[in-house]
Amino acid sequence: MTDAALPADSAATPAGTVLAPPAATTAVAQRTPRGRGPGRPILHIAIAIILIVWAVPTIGLLVSSFRPADELSTSGWWTAFAPPFHFTMQNYSDVLSQQGIGAAFVNSLFIAIPATIIPLFVAAVAAYAFAWMEFPGRDVLFVVVVGLLVVPLQTTLIPILKAFAQWGITGEFLAVWLAHTGYGLPFAIFLLRNFMGSLPRSVFEAAAIDGASHVTAFFRLAIPMCVPALAALAIFQFLFVWNDLLVALIYIGLANPDNLPLTATMANLVNSLGGGWYLLGAAAFLSMALPLVVFFALQRYFVRGIVGGAVKG
Amino acid sequence: MDSRLITAIEVVVGVPAVLVLYIWSTERLLSFTSERWRRRIRPWLWLLPALGFLGFFLIYPTIRTIIRSFQSKNELAPEWVGLKNYRWFFTNSDALSALTNNVLWVVFLTLFVVGGGLLIAVLVDRVRYESIAKSVIFLPLAISMVAAGVIWKFMYDFKPPGTQQTGTLNAAIGGVGLGPVAWLQSPGWRLSTFAMIMIMVWMWTGFAMVIISAALKAIPLELLEAARVDGASEWQMFWRITFPLLGPTLAVVATTMIITSLKTFDIVYTLTNGNYDTDVIANLMVKEMFTFGDFGRASAVAVVLLLAIVPIMAFNIRRFRAQEAVR
Repeated sequence: MTDAALPADSAATPAGTVLAPPAATTAVAQRTPRGRGPGRPILHIAIAIILIVWAVPTIGLLVSSFRPADELSTSGWWTAFAPPFHFTMQNYSDVLSQQGIGAAFVNSLFIAIPATIIPLFVAAVAAYAFAWMEFPGRDVLFVVVVGLLVVPLQTTLIPILKAFAQWGITGEFLAVWLAHTGYGLPFAIFLLRNFMGSLPRSVFEAAAIDGASHVTAFFRLAIPMCVPALAALAIFQFLFVWNDLLVALIYIGLANPDNLPLTATMANLVNSLGGGWYLLGAAAFLSMALPLVVFFALQRYFVRGIVGGAVKG
Repeated sequence: MDSRLITAIEVVVGVPAVLVLYIWSTERLLSFTSERWRRRIRPWLWLLPALGFLGFFLIYPTIRTIIRSFQSKNELAPEWVGLKNYRWFFTNSDALSALTNNVLWVVFLTLFVVGGGLLIAVLVDRVRYESIAKSVIFLPLAISMVAAGVIWKFMYDFKPPGTQQTGTLNAAIGGVGLGPVAWLQSPGWRLSTFAMIMIMVWMWTGFAMVIISAALKAIPLELLEAARVDGASEWQMFWRITFPLLGPTLAVVATTMIITSLKTFDIVYTLTNGNYDTDVIANLMVKEMFTFGDFGRASAVAVVLLLAIVPIMAFNIRRFRAQEAVR
């Protein structure tokens, strides 16, 4: 998930995800299966085939990650289901102790958590101003934000890299925290402003009549009411940063291997033709562990983040 | 390790605290001014942190990159070279090959993802196990493109003919007497580019499916019932009613996929690094930066990418304006 606005970016990313039309926003109606008849078995078979095609690559790697190194290169993963059933945890214990994968996992956490928190807060304040304050140029400014949603982060790499080098923070986590905040903000502001703008006006008017300031309205009304949108956004940004390769590669760089996240360390492992190849499966599953937990535990919020700008069109 | 942990905790706790303090102190300062001034200044104070980030990380560097693209390689004393970097891009065979690949990415990734997402959304709409089926298709979107690259490296694995194939795909086609094919090392017909496009199709179809599915459920059932009563077949109902109503949604998914295709980087960097005629412009740019140290050319490559995305930006803004007008 990446960059399109999810990301947006590189996410792709999903960071570029924008502006789902109003049609997508309507509440999901429960509907009964339609079209019963002679076509039903074919329908089930077609869906089953699609699901198998989609699941096999992941299952194959999962099985491979538990197979002994010497068998990996001589036989396919499916042979593991026939006797003698050789499975091992060795790859996982190797990957955690060697190749710096364990340390890279910790780096990914260090990078992703602050890079999720910072843009969330900065965006919430700005989104409130866009949604509930009147000022000249507000609409034009917001259109600029909409435009920035799709600016490829490639166009920003060189000048920012030079600035970071001058400040002496290339290779540091601070560099990626700041960069991910900048890249994540357009989508975050866009999503939150649309959500805040859809909150009932009467609530804010009543609060103002009771003498509540914008500060009170923001902390006591807007933020608590925006929790679903904030949750969706947090998941989205976290996965985007966790899965990012490009930003880490540029601003941390291969010259600072101690600070590289899991994606960059793993990409190195794929490229190096050396002995680490058999560890790839285990490393990949380690990198997928957190996204998969997030996915299964918070799928509803995740989907909401994807349908994204569509919270209220 | 310890000092980094402390820094991370400082950031996680500190940034929200600083922002709260910032809002609170600007409000204190504003209390010394008149109500009229407060109304005028407050929005800008609230926007300031965000605008600072947007300005520094998106607007300023984009302008600098455009300027830099007209300058020479030398980083210490860049000279103006006019359109030389662009002339290089549009005459160099490697760059043109990368551009060709990006066109293939845009056309086929978009087509397969939108088509596949539509097909699957329509199919699973008719069964009871819809949500489980959708989870399976959607799941690859949660993982990194690097991890997806690793997964498919095992799928596409190639061993010389005559030896046992360990890659799933070569074993499968070997079962019917075909292959083996070196999926990721075949420049002919740009096969390796297509192999990598299929990886992204696997990842992104779930994205299209989820959005299209939401739009599908928003189509009023009465509309379809009325058509059915009038004797329309399922096929006619799809092409005459469902498909036209999904139009705007499909357009949105398509624009997202076009942007994703143009920015393709991770998969190519991880699996082939642009060898076997698979290079793409985003990877070409990183190579110009780090392998050749030519920031002028790298900037020109980035500007080409930006120019390709500008129409989409305009489309998005128009669409946003239209939506706001309805509001």
